[in-house]
Amino acid sequence: MTADTLDLETAVEGMECVYERPETLTDMRFHYCPGCGHSTAHHVLMEVVDELGIQENTIGVAPVGCSVFAYQYMNIDIQEAAHGRAAAVATAVKRVLPDKYVFSYQGDGDLAAIGTAETIHAANRGENFLVVFINNAIYGMTGGQMAPTTLLGMKTSTSPAGRTVETEGFPLKIADIVAMLPGTYYVTRQSVHSPTAVRQLKKVLTKSFQYQKEKKGLCFVEVVSSCPSGWKMTPLQANKWMVENMFPLYPPGDLKAPK
Amino acid sequence: MTNLLLGRKPARNSTLSGKGPAVSEVRLMKGNEALAEAAIRAGCQAYFGYPITPQSEILEYLTEVARERGMIVLQAESEIASINMVYGAAGAGARVMTSSSSPGISLMQEGLSYIACAELPCLVVNVNRGGPGLGTIQPSQGDYFQSVKGGGHGDYRLIVLAPSSVQEMADFVYDAFDLADTYRNPVLILADGALGQMMEKVEFRAYNPADHTPPKPWATTGKPKHRERNVITSLHIEPEKMEQINLRLQEKYRRIQEKEIRYETVYADDADYLVVAYGLVARIAHRAVELAREEGLKVGLLRPITLFPYPAPQLRKLAQRIKGILVAEMNAGQMVEDVRLSVECRVPVEFYGRMGGVIPAPEEILTALKQKVVGHVAQQAEAL
Repeated sequence: MTADTLDLETAVEGMECVYERPETLTDMRFHYCPGCGHSTAHHVLMEVVDELGIQENTIGVAPVGCSVFAYQYMNIDIQEAAHGRAAAVATAVKRVLPDKYVFSYQGDGDLAAIGTAETIHAANRGENFLVVFINNAIYGMTGGQMAPTTLLGMKTSTSPAGRTVETEGFPLKIADIVAMLPGTYYVTRQSVHSPTAVRQLKKVLTKSFQYQKEKKGLCFVEVVSSCPSGWKMTPLQANKWMVENMFPLYPPGDLKAPK
Repeated sequence: MTNLLLGRKPARNSTLSGKGPAVSEVRLMKGNEALAEAAIRAGCQAYFGYPITPQSEILEYLTEVARERGMIVLQAESEIASINMVYGAAGAGARVMTSSSSPGISLMQEGLSYIACAELPCLVVNVNRGGPGLGTIQPSQGDYFQSVKGGGHGDYRLIVLAPSSVQEMADFVYDAFDLADTYRNPVLILADGALGQMMEKVEFRAYNPADHTPPKPWATTGKPKHRERNVITSLHIEPEKMEQINLRLQEKYRRIQEKEIRYETVYADDADYLVVAYGLVARIAHRAVELAREEGLKVGLLRPITLFPYPAPQLRKLAQRIKGILVAEMNAGQMVEDVRLSVECRVPVEFYGRMGGVIPAPEEILTALKQKVVGHVAQQAEAL
């Protein structure tokens, strides 16, 4: 395929449309790097809101980080929180509007470093909203610095020789901590690197909104994701690296599920 | 008809929903409690706060009295969480407030900057204690700069109201919520530890929240099919757009300066000398002015009630015919800078302050006035 045939309209001409753009996504094109999990995670989340028919009743809370512009893509009422404070903002939105669906969408730096206190306390209070947590083990927006979830030995711009326990400490498994808290109802770890994983994430998000409707408590969905730009890999290499290196520490599956 | 009640007994006629007339009522209360009771009567729907002396009675009172009347009252994990909860609740359309004291207010500055930029109406109460650092729990006015000059990052202003009695601790709550809604701007009530802790008679005015709750079509309440989505944000990455946001904010602050200046003068009409003081110190200065008058000195008092917008035009006008000004504060000299800017060197402006939680006595202010202003002006006259 040459450069002149890469035009999307030409490429899909005459083909049947199977996956439509949900109404819950705006016409704005994602700014995310090729291979980044954010665009898939945005798409799946908004698809679920669309399919559940809850666009009118859903309020999102966006973070600071690569997904700081989430509100440009998600065609719902949404608030942009200060760095790390999405759980506090979402707590208040949900308390003021208890019959609406509320979710926060945060990355690892936002949720598990600067926002650790807000995350833990919202979870411990059993606040009745959904947390979508994208874990790509790096600060993408600021240019690839070490995150709380960065793996040992992993090279970033602030751990150039690789993360060591001696100087940077251990990767923070925040989902495991959150799962220990009695206020959380459902804690799960998913990914978006394969069609199967995407379908599974969709199921998990649908379930979480259902639990929210039933006022069960906080649902926490971690999405292990890749950052090809930050990891300095191609998208394919990044996905492979993620499965081989991230999954052993952050294995996909439910950490806490209702029986 | 009014009833005199003590302590935390709930007011019988106050409502959150705004149904039914809220008749006036007289009670003997702490400043913090009066402020909290007024918040209930003003239709405050949500409060988020964290304990800190000397303002914890606000959180306690609301937890005890307001929660059962339908207000959301949440003890947050920190002042940082509190102010961001205020952001979320205000963005969702609620009439919302938080309160704290100096160190806690410092923690809220980032959030306040976001709230100011996102133009969310809310009330923040600072029961100022002595600093810097952990300081003391005693009253202070050391947070003047932080309150009126921005405090957080970027070019923004809070509307700042400075009560000087328990009565005003209550009254200014209604005004603060109304101003916040009118201008979609955070409003700060800047009190101090003494005003928060002391008990005085307070009368609660009749106020029906339903008459004071404007529609908030910008709030994130869920996007119906027919309207565009509502986005609460302070992020505008293109410089030109961000400059436009700044210009709009500055235009709003100019309107506030034109319309909302509040101040009080005592014996100012025939005064040769002026004491300028706000909050608790204004009450002490009032006594100092009376003592001066007993000695035959023509001294007046100007008390700014809004610290932003500042009564600069009024001060400038007075400076045309008075001989000198003493600014009295419970800090190292903060508002004195605004007085000097206001009078533009037309008259000498001197300062007397106590710090670290020490409250000045009227006699101290009188002595300072005589030594620093009256004596100085006389010396200058002699030299000429």
